[in-house]
Amino acid sequence: MKRSRFPIVVTVLVLAFLYLPILILVVNSFNPARFSGRWEGFSLVWYARLFQSPEIWQAVRNTLIIAVSVTAVSIVLGTMAAYALHRWAASRLQHVHYTMIYQPLVVPEILMGISLLMAFVAVGLPLGLFTIFLAHVTFCVSYVAMTVLGRLQDFDFSVIEAARDLGASPWQSTRRILLPMLMPGIVSGALLAFTLSVDDFVITFFVAGPGSTTLPLRIYSMIKYGAPPLINALSTLLLAVTLTAVLLSQRLANKKGQES
Amino acid sequence: MTTRPIREKLKRFGFGPVSRRRTEWLVSLPTVVWLSLFVVVPTLLVFVVAFRPANPYGGIGRGWTLETLRGLAAPGLLTIAWRTLWMSLLTTVISLLLALPAGYTIARAPARWRNRLLLLVIIPFWTSFLVRVFAWKALLHPEGPVKRALAALGLVGPQATLLYHPAAVVLVMVYTFLPFTILPIYAAAEKFDFRLIEAARDLGASPFRAFRKVFLPGIRAGVVTAVLVVFVPSLGSYIIPDLVGGPSGEMIGNKIAQRVFTDRNLPLASALSAVLVLAVLAPLAAILALQRKGKKSGIVIGEAP
Repeated sequence: MKRSRFPIVVTVLVLAFLYLPILILVVNSFNPARFSGRWEGFSLVWYARLFQSPEIWQAVRNTLIIAVSVTAVSIVLGTMAAYALHRWAASRLQHVHYTMIYQPLVVPEILMGISLLMAFVAVGLPLGLFTIFLAHVTFCVSYVAMTVLGRLQDFDFSVIEAARDLGASPWQSTRRILLPMLMPGIVSGALLAFTLSVDDFVITFFVAGPGSTTLPLRIYSMIKYGAPPLINALSTLLLAVTLTAVLLSQRLANKKGQES
Repeated sequence: MTTRPIREKLKRFGFGPVSRRRTEWLVSLPTVVWLSLFVVVPTLLVFVVAFRPANPYGGIGRGWTLETLRGLAAPGLLTIAWRTLWMSLLTTVISLLLALPAGYTIARAPARWRNRLLLLVIIPFWTSFLVRVFAWKALLHPEGPVKRALAALGLVGPQATLLYHPAAVVLVMVYTFLPFTILPIYAAAEKFDFRLIEAARDLGASPFRAFRKVFLPGIRAGVVTAVLVVFVPSLGSYIIPDLVGGPSGEMIGNKIAQRVFTDRNLPLASALSAVLVLAVLAPLAAILALQRKGKKSGIVIGEAP
């Protein structure tokens, strides 16, 4: 019996829908025309202009400072959380813990932004890089925990048991066996946390202060107040960075598939 | 599952009830404390601040008031709340109509193709949200390619604006949320036994009827998750209506941001947010219930498959 072609046609259209806008944007970033209406030949003029902008560099610096520190803290907290969630899955504490971890994944970003702003205003914490850091860790931890939890699902605890049998201390068995085996999960969680932190706009917008402009905040004001060709170039660079991150994490995920 | 034997083994290694509890608390405490401080308490705070007066310096005043809540009944806000609701529903329906055939196709594709297709769906999930919205703003721009193409075909007049319209907001919301919709549908479809569809076809069902009567009920959990992961963030949309919506496409998120950034009225922003919290709470409770039931079926959002 012949299968209907309709779903395949829709899928192809969906993929075209997903990629055409991005493709046009990338192509236009090499177009020297001020308005992207017509093609005026290949040029890197917008990239050159981009590299000359001190504001962009300042934003890149802020973004990286935040993303690196956020990633470091989130992988430690997230991995511990995933371990607790998995190991004591049936306990009531972990039930509450799971609900708490789950909340940042599903609550609309604007609600997280406004509630964190209220909290920072209430305790009088000055808004800036530090408040952005606190906010980013809050949602990145959940993503890292979920990623590592996925890896723990097919972890065989009898290996740890064997190590303990052979005289390893709890610390030794954690450091020498558990952590190395979880590493692909931790690394892909770290990549996810880094990308989310670099990319976040809404929450950052609410908790940022003077002088703490990050790259998305800069892009937003560029979109709002003109300079489209520059944004094309900047977006293309960002796409290149995230694409590398996806492919890396995908490679790790595949490795995971082959091992188990 | 294997949790029970593990627990037995752990007990044998001295992780008895007392020290087990202690280790559990030690390992869980950092995230429990962090998330209490930065998620639970701030969320409750939003409800508290809604009953506080605003002070003239853009902060939160002393004392308690119901004034802010009365302000919520303003007709302008009701219009916005209604618009937020129907735009989110429309976005959800369109996304689902596109995601169902896509998820189905990916699940039925040969293994080699399946991973590639999945990767293609995941990549937009990782690319900058702002960049994706901006791409559409450029496309729909009066000088942009879509407008030129439509005008050349005579479908729109030269003066028509595609931007700053509720339809533009729905289009871009579908665009940004579609990958999130496809993934849970795919996750459910992957576990579906497609021989059931063949059986239905053999017994004389049309492809559409087999799809509706056999496939759809079979992946119900995935459909529910997909609906929620589009509907909930749609309700809280802010950037998309802000950048492509204009005044006629504003949603409740814009109103919250305006109260914070334009007239610095934190209590009114809180009251609006409280309404939004309550509006997303119902679907969220449904997600959690479903998650608990379907934890083993692997439908977990926010996790790359």
